[in-house]
Amino acid sequence: MIPNLASPGWAVALIFIPLLGAMLAFLLPRIGVTLGLLAAVLTAGSVLPLLPMLAAHGATNIRIGGWGAPLGIELSIDGLTMAMLAMTALVGIAVSAYATCYLRPVPSRPDGQPDLQQRHFWPLWLVLWAALNALFLSSDIFNLYVTLELLGLAAVALTALSGGADALNGAMRYLLVSLLGSLGYLLGVALLYHAYGTLDLGLLALRVGDETVTRAALGAMTAGLLVKTALFPLHFWLPPAHASASAPVSALLSALVVKASFYLLLRLWLTLFGDLDSGLATLLGVLGAIAILWGSIQALRQARLKLLIAYSTVAQIGYLFLAFPLAATGGAVVWGAAVYLVLSHALAKAAMFLTAGSLLRFGAHDRIADLDRVVHRLPITIGAFTLAGVSIMGLPPSGGFIGKWLLLQAAFSQGRWGLALVMLAGGLLAAAYVFKVIGYAFTPAVVPHQAGLVPPTMEWTALALGAGAILLGFAWPLLWPLLEIGMPFGALAPDPGAAVGPWLGGPRILAP
Amino acid sequence: MNGTFWLPMLVLGSSLLPGLLIFFLAEDRSGIRTLLNLAGAVAKLLAVLWMLWGVYNGVAYEARLPFLPGLDLVLRVGPLSLLFVVLSTGLWLLTTIYAIGYLERSPHRSRFFGFFSLCVTATVGVAMAGNLLTFVLFYELLTLATYPLVVHRGSEAARQAGQVYLAHTLFGGALLLAGTVWLYTLTGTLEFTPRGFVSHLGETHRGSLIAIFALTVVGVGVKAALVPLHSWLPRAMVAPAPVSALLHAVAVVKAGAFGVVRLLYDVFGAEFAASLGVTGPLAVVAGATILYGSLRALYQDDLKRRLAFSTVSQVAYITLGVAIAGPLATIGGLVHLVHQGVMKITLFFCAGNLAETLGIHKVSEMCGVGRRMPWTMAAFTVGAFGMIGLPPVAGFVTKWYLGIGALEAGQDWAVYVLAGSSLLNAAYFLPILHVAWFRPPPPAWPHEHDFGPRETAWALLLPPVVTAILSVAVGLFAAAPFSPLEWATLIAEREFYLP
Repeated sequence: MIPNLASPGWAVALIFIPLLGAMLAFLLPRIGVTLGLLAAVLTAGSVLPLLPMLAAHGATNIRIGGWGAPLGIELSIDGLTMAMLAMTALVGIAVSAYATCYLRPVPSRPDGQPDLQQRHFWPLWLVLWAALNALFLSSDIFNLYVTLELLGLAAVALTALSGGADALNGAMRYLLVSLLGSLGYLLGVALLYHAYGTLDLGLLALRVGDETVTRAALGAMTAGLLVKTALFPLHFWLPPAHASASAPVSALLSALVVKASFYLLLRLWLTLFGDLDSGLATLLGVLGAIAILWGSIQALRQARLKLLIAYSTVAQIGYLFLAFPLAATGGAVVWGAAVYLVLSHALAKAAMFLTAGSLLRFGAHDRIADLDRVVHRLPITIGAFTLAGVSIMGLPPSGGFIGKWLLLQAAFSQGRWGLALVMLAGGLLAAAYVFKVIGYAFTPAVVPHQAGLVPPTMEWTALALGAGAILLGFAWPLLWPLLEIGMPFGALAPDPGAAVGPWLGGPRILAP
Repeated sequence: MNGTFWLPMLVLGSSLLPGLLIFFLAEDRSGIRTLLNLAGAVAKLLAVLWMLWGVYNGVAYEARLPFLPGLDLVLRVGPLSLLFVVLSTGLWLLTTIYAIGYLERSPHRSRFFGFFSLCVTATVGVAMAGNLLTFVLFYELLTLATYPLVVHRGSEAARQAGQVYLAHTLFGGALLLAGTVWLYTLTGTLEFTPRGFVSHLGETHRGSLIAIFALTVVGVGVKAALVPLHSWLPRAMVAPAPVSALLHAVAVVKAGAFGVVRLLYDVFGAEFAASLGVTGPLAVVAGATILYGSLRALYQDDLKRRLAFSTVSQVAYITLGVAIAGPLATIGGLVHLVHQGVMKITLFFCAGNLAETLGIHKVSEMCGVGRRMPWTMAAFTVGAFGMIGLPPVAGFVTKWYLGIGALEAGQDWAVYVLAGSSLLNAAYFLPILHVAWFRPPPPAWPHEHDFGPRETAWALLLPPVVTAILSVAVGLFAAAPFSPLEWATLIAEREFYLP
């Protein structure tokens, strides 16, 4: 069946187009870049028709091949999924455009073959994209495991792509950690399947109760996903991996990959584990708070730009986990704030890593103190870094500000002064490390060096992402109704007896 | 969506759009850059004058944009907003002319004028903000837009001054944000309302409200350079002279002082704040700042640093006036918002002229400069007399109202502060005038530029002369309609006497 406009078939296309593109790009390396870019455009474009569908019909379950759960594979879309897909598409398209310039070898190889990085980047990145989309769309905890594993493997391979000793070390560590995380998750899947006899999230949501096995599954899955999301103190693998990968890959890892495991945790929490009174929410909040302070201080201490940005990711992930203790009484808006932070951090952090790549190309190093007046020489790049930085600091107007304001509001109204203080201090520390970079962008370097050429595409894609993070600051009135489609965060006013999650309300069921 | 919506948007957009366009202009397109700058400044001035007439006739200008759950971005123009908007718009036009002359031939002008425009956008945004959230937004934007101007020269000293500036202002911003969120969780609204919107909470949340007042006032007090949060201001003097003028007279410290006024009148309400017992300490801090700034100014040989400490002192007059919280003192404080701006910008323009024309940076190098640059030094003299408070220059009107306002409110100590400060002002300004007019000039100036028959370029000379004339005019014609004094009286009447 050919998917027509506003058909749920587009959701299937979101998984298959990048997979197909990956295969073709791998098989035909001479036109790999063209194929990869084409697949990227088509994949990103496939998100658009889902939007009117979602707006018109609400949350939707799609049965692939006409077989529903528990036998067949179901995809489901609600506002939360849609936001994640759109975020992936935006970052994906920008990074794809950037990568065509960044990975181009400086002198073209005489035999017309693209070099290894360029050749392997596209298949791996498209597989990664397919895995991300599949993860956001799946509603079956085993399929989710498969997508999670695929995602991890693609991410590790991409990390190793740049080839240096640092990159291989970082990738190796990343691989082990990623496998460990998946194992933890898989253990939870096995426990749940054993206890409740189904893998479908919707059915599970109806069946789970407050039993030991549920708690064990909660512990195993949460631990596994926390490792992958790099929440303090499980963040040790992130800075070396993200800092040693090549710039477009770092952008993907920081902006999207860690968000995927966070999304999964959030989804499980919202559908299965939210009602368990386990004290885990408080623990996550405390770890998040420590992550904010620790990550920011480490970022401030770094002398190299990419490490600084990587540690900033550790800190920013901490903010996401503050939502867990606050949402218990704060309700849906707090989750909305966390998702908002996910979105704005994705755009801003991708922009930052892309600018880091441009600066690396420009000066052939990323020592912050020797940036050497780049503000005059690459004003667009520094502009992009600043816009992204504004969102990271949580200054208005930016997506980061909206998220932080809502979390602060929840913290103040619940009298959680400690969390509020940490959020404010985190903002100041973020300002300190962002402006450390910007300040050195004005001053001349001690050791002068040859300046490399930065193609305009690399500068402008970063600026577009940074500007997106700022524009998100004005988009709450538009985005919140979208996020609320299918009520992924439960009822607006928190009601302990109310059903949680979209799968209980009986969403529309469609075959593509 | 009619005139009352679009006019405030026009006032914002008339500097925002040119600013964004200027960023992308090539460095050598100085003709079109100047055109954009001046067209924006003139359009803004016209729009503001139109609003002035409208507000005088009772029109309410308001633009609203949904932003957060339960909170809008609001621009609302009333008498108090206009006081600040007119000041910053008028002085921005003059500063733009001055900056075009000052930065001729220097590099990176596109970036400079881009941020310059953003800076004034943020300032009028601060002035027109209709609720505390919008205020916070523009207040932070102002911090961000001024930073590149402070570090414009790109030297290590400039970078460090920039870090100090940010460390202070962003810290203040964080406190302000904390206070704002906390306040919102208590009240459920942040709309500026004459005589405040928190008094109904007075019985139950007294402690919280005092804490919120402290947080927010310290937050804006950083930009208002209240002691001990003032140390960024003298260090930011590494910036080019038009930036100093902007920081001191038009934008940054004024935004801080204006913030104090907003918080006291439209968030807490003067009477309620007094009943909380928070205005007394604020007045004491302001008084201490006045004396401390003047004392430090005495010992500075660097002219711009002396002026900077003088700003610390003079801006605190505004805070003192509103913190005394009587009608007459309020008039004195509000009117000083304008008076200090006009007078201090004159002084900074003149200091910039001395540096740019003769290479003079220190008071000790100013011997006989009055004969070489009579117009500049005449303008400087007017500004200095105003700062001391000699009639008929504007500063006298301020001190008069502050003094009788303090007596009326039973706060006699403030009169001693004012008298002491005036003496100190005289002590650090009169020696400059003496040196400049009555000492023989040196055989050669430190670093002289030749501007032909005139003493300096016309774009550098015109703005200080105009502002000097203005400083005298607003003092002389203080009782004329639409004078700053009349306007301040209107605002004070609304706060204290209207039902």
